Parts: sequence; C-alpha cells; structure tokens
Amino acid sequence: MNYLPQILFAIILIAGIGFFAKNVLRLRRNINLGKDVDVSDNKPQRWKNMAKIALGQTKMVVRPIAGFLHIIVYIGFVIINIEVLEIIIDGLFGTHRIGLKVLNTSIYGFLIGSFEVLAVLVLVAVIVFWIRRNIIKIKRFLSKEMTGWPKNDGNIILYFEVVLMCLFLVMNATDVQFQELESGNVISQYLAPLFSGLSKSTLPLIERSAWWLHIIGILIFLNYLYYSKHLHILLAFPNTFYGKLIPQGQFKNNDAVTQEVKLMMDPNADPFAAPAEDAPDPEKFGASDVTDLSWVQLLNSYTCTECGRCTSECPANQTGKKLSPRKIMMDTRDRLEEVGKNIEANKGTFVDDGKQLLGDYISHEELWACTSCNACVQACPVSIDPLSIIMDMRQYLVMEQSAAPSDLNNMMGNIENNGAPWPFNQMDRLNWAEES
Amino acid sequence: MENTLRVPTMAELFAAGKQPEVLFWVGCAGSFDDRAKKITKAFVKILNKANVSFAVLGTEESCSGDPAKRSGNEFLFQMQAVTNIEVMNAYEVKKVVTACPHCFNTLKNEYPGLGGNYEVVHHTQFLKQLLSEGRITMEGGQYKGKRITFHDPCYLGRANGVYEAPRELIQKLDAELVEMKSCKTRGLCCGAGGAQMFKEPEKGDKDINIERTEQALETKPEIIAAGCPFCNTMMTDGVKNKEKEASVAVMDIAELIATAEDL
Ligand code: SF4
Ligand code: SF4
Repeated sequence: MNYLPQILFAIILIAGIGFFAKNVLRLRRNINLGKDVDVSDNKPQRWKNMAKIALGQTKMVVRPIAGFLHIIVYIGFVIINIEVLEIIIDGLFGTHRIGLKVLNTSIYGFLIGSFEVLAVLVLVAVIVFWIRRNIIKIKRFLSKEMTGWPKNDGNIILYFEVVLMCLFLVMNATDVQFQELESGNVISQYLAPLFSGLSKSTLPLIERSAWWLHIIGILIFLNYLYYSKHLHILLAFPNTFYGKLIPQGQFKNNDAVTQEVKLMMDPNADPFAAPAEDAPDPEKFGASDVTDLSWVQLLNSYTCTECGRCTSECPANQTGKKLSPRKIMMDTRDRLEEVGKNIEANKGTFVDDGKQLLGDYISHEELWACTSCNACVQACPVSIDPLSIIMDMRQYLVMEQSAAPSDLNNMMGNIENNGAPWPFNQMDRLNWAEES
Repeated sequence: MENTLRVPTMAELFAAGKQPEVLFWVGCAGSFDDRAKKITKAFVKILNKANVSFAVLGTEESCSGDPAKRSGNEFLFQMQAVTNIEVMNAYEVKKVVTACPHCFNTLKNEYPGLGGNYEVVHHTQFLKQLLSEGRITMEGGQYKGKRITFHDPCYLGRANGVYEAPRELIQKLDAELVEMKSCKTRGLCCGAGGAQMFKEPEKGDKDINIERTEQALETKPEIIAAGCPFCNTMMTDGVKNKEKEASVAVMDIAELIATAEDL
C-alpha cells in the first residue's frame, strides 16, 4: 500500500492546525493586555444571550435581507463542515467516503444531498453579498474606514466561499462511484455530464484535485481568520457571552474615583496628610491606549465584523460628523495588533513606540461628536459596545488632560459652583413654583 | 380653576413629621429652563389634581451629574451623586419620580453603586400608574383623532427599555399615534445627549435635531410628543428651523394630559 498521500495529508493537517493554534495564542495574549473586569455574574443570562444572539442570530434579522442571506451562509457553512470530518478521516486512514461504510446509503445520501443543496444556496447568497458590496454599493460598505484591506478582506472571504463550494460540488460530480449510487447527488448529477467526455483516468484526477484543494482551502481559510473580520465566526460566541447585561444607559462608576470622593467627603480624613510611603501610583483615569481598556473591550475589537450597522444608525455619522463607531472598533483592533507585534519584536515586552490609540488613531473630534445615544450598541449583531470606549477616552481627556471643549468646561464649572449646568443660583431652584 | 400650585418641600414635610409617597426630582432643566419649567408645572398640576402626596427637594436638589459623567468628568459626577444621595438618604426617600430621562437613568442605574437605592420611575410611567389606579381620568376630547408622533428619548427608550408607557398615554387621549420610520429601539437621538446640549456640535453636514425633526415631520403630525426636556428643546428648535411652528406643536406628555384635563 502507498502511504504517501496519508503522510502528506497528516503533515498538511498538522501544519494547518498548528499555525491556527499559534494565532489563537497570539489573540489570547493580546486580549489579555486589557485590564481585568469581573464578568462572572449572572451566568444563566449570559448563556442565554450567547444562544440567542450568536447561535440564533436574533440581531441579524433586524435587517431582513442581509439577515436572511447571512443565516443561509452561516447554516451552510456550519453544516457543510460536517463533511470535513469525513475528509479528515478519509485522508488520515486512506479510506474513501468512510461515511458510506458506517451509514446506510440512504442516510448518507440524505446528508450529502443536503450539503449539496446548501452549497448552492450559499453560492447564491454569496453572489448577492458580492453584488451588494460592489455593484449596488450599499452605503455602510463605502465609509472611509472601509478602503484598503477591510474592503478587500470583505471580498476575499466571498471568493473563498465561492471556490470552496464549487470544489465541493466538483468533487462530488467527478466521483464516479458516488454518482453511481444515485443517492445524494441532487445537484452534482447535473454537473457530472460536464465531465462525461473525459477519460477514465482524468476523472479521478479531477476528483482527487478537488478533494485536496477543498481541504487545503479550508485550512487556509482557518488561518486566514486571524487577519480578517471573519474572526467573528469564532469570537461572536465569547463576545455575546461577555456582553453588557446591565441597562444600556448605565455606565460603570469608576472605583478609583469613588475612593477619592469618599476620602474627600470623610470629615475625619486629614486633607493635608502626606500619602503613605507604599501608596500605589495614583490610578490613571480613563483610556488613552488599548492597555487602559478592559479585556472585554479588546475582545470586542477582534470580534467586530465591520458590518457597519452601528455606524449607519449613529446620529453623528448620519449627519456627516467624523465619528463612526465601527471605526472606533477597527482602530482599537489595529492599535492592539500593533502593540502585539511590538511585543513580539521585542522579545515579550512592549517598547514605547511614541504612539497611542488617542490621537494617532482616534481624534478628539470623533470622541466629542458622540451623543451617548446607544444606537450603536443596540445595532451591533454581536453585542459590541463602542460607546464604552468613547466614554473611557473622554474620561482620560477630561480627567488627565483637562482637554474638554471650552463650552463643556463652562458647563462643568457651573455644576461645580451652582449645582446646575447653567449659571443659575442653587437658591433659585424652586422659583418656578412661585411663577405663574 | 385653581391657579396656585401646591409644591411642598421635603424639608417642610420632614419638619411636620410627614413622609410623602414620592419625591419629585425636578432636575436642572425642569427648574431653570423656561420651556422645561412649563412641563414641571404641568406635571405638578396633575399631581395636585390626583392628590398625590409628593414633595420636592427644592434648593437642596443639585444636578444629578449626568452631563458631567457623559463629558468624562467622573469625579464631578460622583461628587454630585454622593451629595444628592446624602440629602435623599437623610430624608429616607424610597421612591423618586422625574420628568427628565437623564436624571431618571442616573438615579436609577448609577446611584445604587454609590449608596443611593431608590425606586425610580419616569413621569410617564408614574402617570400611567395613576391612570390605571383610577386616580386620574383622561377625557382626551380635544386630542381626539389628532396625529401625534412620539419621539423616544434615548435615555428612556434604548437606555432603559421604556417604550410603552408614553405611547399608552397618547392612545388614551384618543389621539392617532403615528410612528416615525425610526422609533423605539431604532429611534434617532435628538442630538442633545452625552452633554451635546451644552456645546456646539462637531463639524458635519447637518445638525442632528434637524434630521430628527425631518423624520418627525414626515409623519405629518399635529403634535410631536416628547418625554424629555432636552428632546423638547431640540425638537422645538427643529420645528422652528423648518418654519412649521404654526402648525406643529412640540409638547411633553405631561402637558398633553394637563391640557386635556383643562388644568
Ligand atoms: S452612542 Fe455615540 S457612537 Fe454610538 S451611535 Fe450614539 S452617537 Fe454614535
Ligand atoms: S461594532 Fe458591531 S455593528 Fe459595528 S461594525 Fe462591528 S460588528 Fe458591526
């Protein structure tokens, strides 16, 4: 027996999975650069959200056309990958269509038949997606942040899907034995005649090539994920699990500030006491770089599908302001990648590169355009919270840099002095009751 | 018709050894802004008519801290919050009603972590309850068949999931509730939130309140109903900008009810 193909297969499989594992570790390291947050509460609700939003795609169907097509591609993708299991077993053990040995013909036929139908549906959906992106030019795919790599990435994935689905169908169409079964070749039987003129020796050659290319393609795709918005097919699950559970309007209170406020309000505290020798450095308020964000916010950035639903609902963006919540997420991810590469290049420690998320990626103008309306949070199909990053960065601007727009400084001065955002005296607060 | 409002303060009641059923948190806009003061008074008229035992903090009330927090000044926010909480806890406040969704959100969600635990409701929720308990009645005659569209305040709707209370009240007025193309969870902000109320908008092609007013006007309403003093200002400015103020009124839900009741 000739073991060469099996050995080759094992090597390719191990390499493919090995590279993938390496990227997963990289991803983990980068996400762990974020600050710790406690997300151990309310597990049942978290599982429910994951099942509903990631598995059930409940938020996708808010936009019916895109939602429906996406569900086809998603179901197709997941189910057709069951076929990969057979390919791996065949490849490693030198069998051919092991499924036929363990299942009876009609069940096997039913399975493969459904895969074939799904493959065609996926092809159709993917073509519509491509048309939406490139011909109809739907507005949310045209923003400034969607040029260069993000634009190509969107299309590359679609081409990938087309090639993989075609290879799967060709592989079935050129498998003489499979066609002779007359079970499960619901689609491929119509493709088989295309190859009928070929000799008995070429046909298996095409079948084998399609088979090999299909599995190699899948492994390449697996390794492509890390460099792509397509990472969401994996990260949507943890991301929806760790998504915000409290009311959208509730912004977290900064505990370090609470400590300070308590101290100030405490009548027994000595305001002139020198800080204790071993007092930790005063905490930095807010965020100016990715390492000031929480790991959930960093996970958010890798999960972003770049769909732009957030941006298209954003009132600031709709009225021509620079702010785009999608860009906030993409910037966070790009900066995090940059920091990660820096760490790799410097043997495990970050060496200051003179850059940060604030200013080099996200401008003040973008941050000050936000109305904190939560439309972006509501729109996101994978429970991302761009608003929390905007608020953390505003906190840094105001508390560390006193860099608020002057109108806001006036407003805050008024609150501090008169307890209202306008220059009215607190003693006049009840005057309305006397006015007619 | 009685013209004077009865507005007891917590301090007065406390001195008399009394505890009101609910604290009416007026908020800065409701206390100082000329347009919002009308909403405050309309709400008080309804409370008076229904004989609700309530009180205000009056000069002991201070800004909830919402605009400070959303501008990024967490320190100022927490100072405000802790000060207000001290006052409210001293009066043993249990329940708070407010006509401002920003105060509503802050008191309901962000005060508990700082020691302020109260049942906080928005005035539309409170009014709905008064209605279902039969403590107020709504005739609605003068609004019968009028086209009213409701603008969801972000901090009431998306932020806290309150969509139905204001709508039920409008329907109780026998008015025709017409929805804008983006409403409820997909409602568009009026442009005032996140402390935008207190600054010039960033550069863009349009102001947000104009965009939202256009959406509202598309429904051909006679009245744009609001549930937030800031939305009210934004939409009123929008309607003026479109020169529609003669035919389209911007009114708070409390004002709708008070006028329906001839208060
Ligand atoms: S919260 Fe800010 S970023 Fe998000 S949609 Fe509203 S204005 Fe845009
Ligand atoms: S944050 Fe969410 S809604 Fe916005 S682009 Fe990313 S995945 Fe889409």
